[in-house]
Amino acid sequence: MSAVVHPLHRFIRPSVASTTNCPGCGNGIVAQAIMRAIDELSLTMDDFVYVSGIGCAAWIPSPFFNADVLHTTHGRPIAFALGIKMGLPEKKVMVVSGDGDLTAIGGNHLIHNARRNVDMIVVCLNNGIYGMTGGQAAPTTPMGLKTTTTPYGTFEAPFDISRLVIAAGASFVARWTTHHARQLTASIKKAMQRKGFSFIEVITQCPVQFGKKTGSGSSVQMMREYKEKSILTKEAEKLTEEELQGKIVVGEFVMKDIPEMVEEIRKMKQRASGEKK
Amino acid sequence: MSNPRVRPGRYFMMGNMACADGAIAAGCEFAAGYPITPATEIANRLAERLPQVGGLFLQMEDEISSIAAIIGASWAGKKVMTATSGPGISLMLENIGFALGVETPCVIVNVQRGGPTTGMPTAGVPGDMVQVKRGSHGDYEIIALCPASPQEMFDHTILAFNLAEKFRSPVFILADAFIGHMREEVVIPSPDQIEIAYRKLPEPGSDPQKIRGFLDENVAPMPVFGRGFKAHVTSSCHDEYGKRNLSDVSALDHFVRSLCNKILNHKEEIIRVEKNYDGAEVVLVSYGAVSRAAAMAALRAKEEGLAVGTFRLITAWPFPNEEIEKMSKSARKVIVLENNLGQLFPYIKAAADCHAEVSFMPPRVIGEIHDPEAILKKIREVLP
Repeated sequence: MSAVVHPLHRFIRPSVASTTNCPGCGNGIVAQAIMRAIDELSLTMDDFVYVSGIGCAAWIPSPFFNADVLHTTHGRPIAFALGIKMGLPEKKVMVVSGDGDLTAIGGNHLIHNARRNVDMIVVCLNNGIYGMTGGQAAPTTPMGLKTTTTPYGTFEAPFDISRLVIAAGASFVARWTTHHARQLTASIKKAMQRKGFSFIEVITQCPVQFGKKTGSGSSVQMMREYKEKSILTKEAEKLTEEELQGKIVVGEFVMKDIPEMVEEIRKMKQRASGEKK
Repeated sequence: MSNPRVRPGRYFMMGNMACADGAIAAGCEFAAGYPITPATEIANRLAERLPQVGGLFLQMEDEISSIAAIIGASWAGKKVMTATSGPGISLMLENIGFALGVETPCVIVNVQRGGPTTGMPTAGVPGDMVQVKRGSHGDYEIIALCPASPQEMFDHTILAFNLAEKFRSPVFILADAFIGHMREEVVIPSPDQIEIAYRKLPEPGSDPQKIRGFLDENVAPMPVFGRGFKAHVTSSCHDEYGKRNLSDVSALDHFVRSLCNKILNHKEEIIRVEKNYDGAEVVLVSYGAVSRAAAMAALRAKEEGLAVGTFRLITAWPFPNEEIEKMSKSARKVIVLENNLGQLFPYIKAAADCHAEVSFMPPRVIGEIHDPEAILKKIREVLP
């Protein structure tokens, strides 16, 4: 008798026996999208180095992925990832972390590495809240929402993370929701096949914290809402800002061929050592 | 074959330049930093020379990312460093703790300046002597060296790289604006006279499940990235295999103690002091730039027929308490000289107080090296 083994199980670290995710968490959908992309491109875990910060999303690669993984301090995974990429330019360096980690405490590293267009993949799981610490407001929390640190409602405008990263100069930026598992996988595959700073924002459900705070309910209800509210970027272009209120614009926003940092460093070193091109 | 990393010869060289040249001689491959007075010349020199030998200096968006990037590159298998001053160290402290927690070889140069806060950037004040040991949160041990000349900026930087590699630990150079900006003769030896150490690695092809890459008091092999070791590296409390454990305090106890013991059990190999106190009744204890004034004062005292010696801390951390206690047994009076209001004094006093009378001599003005004449006056005061 042989047990049925999930085809992606080979990517999971053997010492990991259980998940730390809450029931209904979107982490599993994103983790699977990453692993499917690796599988469909016939890559292996040894082609990657994963880096994550602090928060629920950061626990996707650490410890689940059976690969080289650096689980770092809060907000800094992209800065650590830059150093890893400089040391191992032939590896695909991938950051998986959350909106609080990457855009609040780590916002500076996000925009500067987008500006550098350094070859790495950043998957940002945006659940609009601090899940691990118990439902505090994030820079992505919608205006007016009552959270544990904004009991009378938030009074700050949220970031549009993808727009921020586009403005900072990233060469590939896409946004999907956990409802768009196939599209998400396709965008991750594109990111894995190109050179440059590739940023993928995933709107993801946290039914335990965000769901309770907003009254948007269960995981299924939240994903149904994502489906209803999502509009493809091509369609969104036809609408005014007012008409787009409350919508989630999804799709691949930017894909451009601009100078990439690892390659520019290679050229700089040639100049420094007096070699001809 | 000439080695482009080492340019042997006798130079009239600034301390910060000697530090950068020492780093390159030691095999530094990657450095990251952020401009700050009085350390910037190190970054400038590294930015010029590292790409010539296949390395790289990156100017980062801040000191937080500078230390993060060098730790990342160290895990990618490179020899790494950063150089900054006090305000930069303050920003780096969280990730210095990270480097300790996941046992990352790296060299951190602190060219100290007048603090607190933004203070006086061009003043040479060793005001961060305890910060390196106690600044990051939690219990830990660290290695820190105190150069007293441009020559030592070269020599100690090489030593710092070797200690970092041997003990898989951040190693500090605690210079200050005096030493960093001082110009003096620096002798750079030929490459074959320079000892170079490399970190231990797991055997190639090791079963990733069986690599005990952490928490060995005798230094575990480092499962660097990119070689199929599938290393799980987390600064959260972990076991020898890198597996996270956030529920069992005995795991935390093991985590903290083995990291500390890795340094403390090897104090003899790490600690360096300069002793010149045979037959001395009064011993001047100092480090860094002030030790030059102490040496001058001791020389003049001897010329006057006074039994005065010196004791210089080359290693500030781990703290050389045994060596200081031993010194105190032969001395009757110990005068501690620091160009601050007494940062290491309590530690020195604790080690020497049993056997000798210990006093502190602050600088006349903070940021000004002690006048040897004033030290002589103090010696005459304490002598019976």
